[in-house]
Amino acid sequence: MPDDIRVLIRSNLDIVKARQEGRALAARTGFSATDVTLIATAISELARNIVSYARQGEIVLGVVESANAKGVTIISRDSGPGIRSIDDAMRDGYSTSGGLGLGLPGVRRLVDEFIIESVLGRGTVVRVTKWLR
Amino acid sequence: MEVPILKQGRYLIATIQAALSDEDLLQFRRALLDRVIQFRSRGVVVDVTALDVMDSFATRTLRDITYMIRLRGADTVIVGIQPEVAFAMVQLGLTLEGVATALDLEEGLAHLEQRARSSS
Repeated sequence: MPDDIRVLIRSNLDIVKARQEGRALAARTGFSATDVTLIATAISELARNIVSYARQGEIVLGVVESANAKGVTIISRDSGPGIRSIDDAMRDGYSTSGGLGLGLPGVRRLVDEFIIESVLGRGTVVRVTKWLR
Repeated sequence: MEVPILKQGRYLIATIQAALSDEDLLQFRRALLDRVIQFRSRGVVVDVTALDVMDSFATRTLRDITYMIRLRGADTVIVGIQPEVAFAMVQLGLTLEGVATALDLEEGLAHLEQRARSSS
């Protein structure tokens, strides 16, 4: 989509940038203060995974609209090592980088839709959507 | 983005004033520990009212700071976690186990006073 906001993620400084862009977009779209914070937090965790596991990648933010719904979509894309077992990665408490291991299952709880695709040695794409209610 | 740390008697008051990067948070951790040692502080209040996001890294760093300061024999209180930030933290599964929290600076200082009285 032409209006998408693309934030390159190369260091921890870009995490702050991505979530500020997401916060502004969510507020413009009409989300409540609580939902804006949930969206910003989800972006922070997704961008953090890029920095921790893949070193670099991108966060793409966009507005989605269907006949009776509007929302914000966050796509996190990297060309990192990929995830060996998505089932494991989606379990609370699982981590391969010495982190808290709460990243992905936590993010799934913050949003309405969560899709993850990962290919070993090729990278990972996470696409999440939060709908306006 | 440096976090100002004020000395008030036996206590330190650190007020986070804007979104912090990971580097800023680690720099803040070092600066706060240095001050605790320098002033032999008995307690620390960390005001996070201005933080619009507390993700896994920020939560872990604040918890680490509290544990490190406790090993120096001092107490830490985190104050001013915004309601929507608290909501997001719980949804994300983040906890501040073993870390004292209070509504605002005033209540944070009152908590430290109470702790000082009960341990003396």
